[in-house]
Amino acid sequence: MSPLSNTQPLLQVRDLSLTFGGVRAIAGLDMQVHAGEVLAIIGPNGAGKTSTLNAITRVFDVSGGEILFKGQDLARVPRQRIARFGIARTFQNIELFDAATVMDNLLLGRHRFGHGQWWQQLLRTPAVTRMEEAARAEAESVIEFLDLSPWRNSLVSSLPYGVRKVVELGRALCTRPELLFLDEPASGLNPEETRELAFWIDDLRTDLGITVVMVEHDMSLVSAVADRVICMAQGAVLAQGTPAQVQNDPAVISAYLGT
Amino acid sequence: MRFDYHTRYRDSFKLFSHASERLLYGALIGALLLLPLVGSAFVLGELAYVFILCIASLGLMLLTGFTGQVSLGHAAFVAIGAYAHAWLMSKGAPMLVSIPLAGLITGFAGLLLGLPAIRVSGLYLAMVSMAFAIIVEQLIGQWSSVTGGFTGMAVEPARIGNWSLSSPAAFYYLCLLVLLAVFFALLNLLRSAIGRAFMGVRDSEAAAYSLGIHVQAVKISAFALSAGVTGIAGALIAHHLQYLTPDGFTLLLSLELVLMVVIGGLGSLRGALLGAVLISMLPLAISRIKPLLPGQMATQFGLEIFIFGLTLALFVLFEPNGLNGRWLKLRALLQSFPLYRRDTFKRQKRYMKSERYR
Amino acid sequence: MSDSVQVFGQLTANGITVGAIYALVALGVVLIYKATEVLNFAHGDLLVIAAFSAWGLITVLGLPFWLALLLTVVFTAAIAYALDAWVIRRIAGQPQFAGVMLTIALAFMIRGLVSMAFGPESRNYATPWSNSTTNIAGLQIADLQLVILGMAMAVTVVLYFFFRHTRLGIAMQAASQNQLAAYLNGVRVKQVNSLVWALAGAIAALAGVLLAPITLVDTTLWLVTLKALAALVLGGFGSIPGAIVGGLLIGLVEQYAGVYMPEGTKDIVAYLVLIGVLIFRPHGLLGEAHGRRV
Repeated sequence: MSPLSNTQPLLQVRDLSLTFGGVRAIAGLDMQVHAGEVLAIIGPNGAGKTSTLNAITRVFDVSGGEILFKGQDLARVPRQRIARFGIARTFQNIELFDAATVMDNLLLGRHRFGHGQWWQQLLRTPAVTRMEEAARAEAESVIEFLDLSPWRNSLVSSLPYGVRKVVELGRALCTRPELLFLDEPASGLNPEETRELAFWIDDLRTDLGITVVMVEHDMSLVSAVADRVICMAQGAVLAQGTPAQVQNDPAVISAYLGT
Repeated sequence: MRFDYHTRYRDSFKLFSHASERLLYGALIGALLLLPLVGSAFVLGELAYVFILCIASLGLMLLTGFTGQVSLGHAAFVAIGAYAHAWLMSKGAPMLVSIPLAGLITGFAGLLLGLPAIRVSGLYLAMVSMAFAIIVEQLIGQWSSVTGGFTGMAVEPARIGNWSLSSPAAFYYLCLLVLLAVFFALLNLLRSAIGRAFMGVRDSEAAAYSLGIHVQAVKISAFALSAGVTGIAGALIAHHLQYLTPDGFTLLLSLELVLMVVIGGLGSLRGALLGAVLISMLPLAISRIKPLLPGQMATQFGLEIFIFGLTLALFVLFEPNGLNGRWLKLRALLQSFPLYRRDTFKRQKRYMKSERYR
Repeated sequence: MSDSVQVFGQLTANGITVGAIYALVALGVVLIYKATEVLNFAHGDLLVIAAFSAWGLITVLGLPFWLALLLTVVFTAAIAYALDAWVIRRIAGQPQFAGVMLTIALAFMIRGLVSMAFGPESRNYATPWSNSTTNIAGLQIADLQLVILGMAMAVTVVLYFFFRHTRLGIAMQAASQNQLAAYLNGVRVKQVNSLVWALAGAIAALAGVLLAPITLVDTTLWLVTLKALAALVLGGFGSIPGAIVGGLLIGLVEQYAGVYMPEGTKDIVAYLVLIGVLIFRPHGLLGEAHGRRV
């Protein structure tokens, strides 16, 4: 991987297109994400926002275009290798491991780091125990960061919706990402939880240096925390700029925001 | 009430973190080890068979309970393990080599099933595994040169070097030791990264992919490992049966194994053992009550099958978490006594959500 | 006609008639699956119930065939309705696996009960078409097999009109796609599902009563369910025309494999087809492809 120069964007999407049968979910998308920024993607339903996320994280195979992460093309990378690049994501419908505890979910976030060979795990050698402790230490720091301590050993299935969203965020953080995709992080959250989320996203950027791209409908969250906003419609970029600029763009208002 | 007082961080995720657990399980293992001193040959023989089924049940639990891959054809792996072991021993391989080798061969067969099986899931996988079992049963019957075909194949008695293990006590110890080894190995595996990966694949493949888990490799490994463990059980069953024929490994055996893991409680090794013990004890219990039934109803086979079905139905309807679920509820009751509330485990009404789009 | 063409023709005729049975059984299974997403592993045992009932009515009570058929159909439909209303309904909302387990349990229970009540001997009964064959274009076809074929076609046509043009049929389709929405639209989902089971039971009864004289009346009748599953997979899971097409194709493939392929293939070819289809074309010939939205 080539070192990132100051002018090169962290993630660059060029002329991306994604078709499902006859439907063009993404049509010639051009997008850039710069290191250390918080980018919000807004747009009406069916604009292709989640599809873009899914295309970049390789849930789908794109039909054309390039996805350059630090200069490397991701378009043909197998789905499970994306985490190794330092890209993490959350899901629109929470995809947590319901039968496991919060701690186990976070530990699974640490999966891409070494845990010993299979025979070492079978025998539970002291080396494996030490690696488990190290993994747990990392998970504990995420728990502390997100105030999840009261639920550390609770089963996810017993948690309220808002807490589950935070757990999913925590699990993504455990993978030590450089680039974090959030798919509608504020959906289903009450205003108080949304404000907390805004603080956390800000902390992610400031304290942990993580670049955040979020697909969002909640304009208050977007205005509070996003550096830049891209509005998508019909699979392509409609407008981009600062939150204020995009919110006042006439095309965006007619396509999405209304008056 | 029970309180955990841990002085080191690693105590919190130790296997037996509480003294009472260590005491209880230690006493159980001790009792099992000392049983041949007081038990009759019949009891030892029955228990050895129960241990073998426990191993097979652990194998299937690993696949279905922990990785979420349904298999209605695990009898095929028992058969492959049994025949492989019998064949290897007939070619002169020592038993201590032949049993692990049979496990490896069966594991390889599991890999072969796993490769196509990862492309399907749920119901379709259930059917693929069932079809696989039927095909294997037929193949065993057709491949007479190796397996003796439908007439069958004799198994050499168990021995290590010149020391025969065919006495009830010796065979009992063999089965018990293999069971303990397999059980603790799986226990360790499931507490570690690989085990967590299995469960991750079971609960959400999309999330597992996004965390860097190679979902397909995990599924194939689960198939291979599950088949291997079941193959080891098969090898031991060969000695128990002493004569192998293809109709000892029918769909009924596959469904019995599934009964064990479902009634035991999906997702727990303890459940696998409890389920195996219950299902293997059931025929014994049935033969005890048979004299009490009117003449025609005592036709052995029909009654057994009916009771199997009834037990499964009762568990599915009233205790979906199986025997393990009951165990956990009982434990919760004892641990939180006298603050236990009756509705702690009440289930909520749910509407059917289509799984066609899973 | 030359010999090999004659053989081929005979095989084809046999295949179609055997396939019609598979199609009938598969129809029953797919009906329940479409409605409730439960794969009814106990379907074959409904055939067993029907066969034994028919035997009892015809041989023991001496009733004429058509009357016995009618009573058996009603009886089996009632049992199927009761199974759903009293047992299967209780696990609504639980994952699919629970449904599979429960139907397997019911299958065991029915088989066990029948075994206990009737003992292990195989029985038989007379139909108006036993021992008579028809000659069509030089091929010998048993009359009973022709009746089966005709029955399968009749059932297909009736079902088609039922689902398209009756209120109950449309209600069944609605309940199968989204239970909660169907409830909110006034469809009495529980009753509708039980009626679907009754319908499937009736079809199973027809198949069972007609098939038993060929394969004898005993509990091994349930094995035809496995072939029906292969038919469903081939035709496309969840597709009613697929069940028919799949059944016929499996019947044909089996007959051809018996003659044109090595010894022993005939017994496993249906399962090889099942595995092959699920790997290479999971949605079968006529089924819909499904994917998960993340």
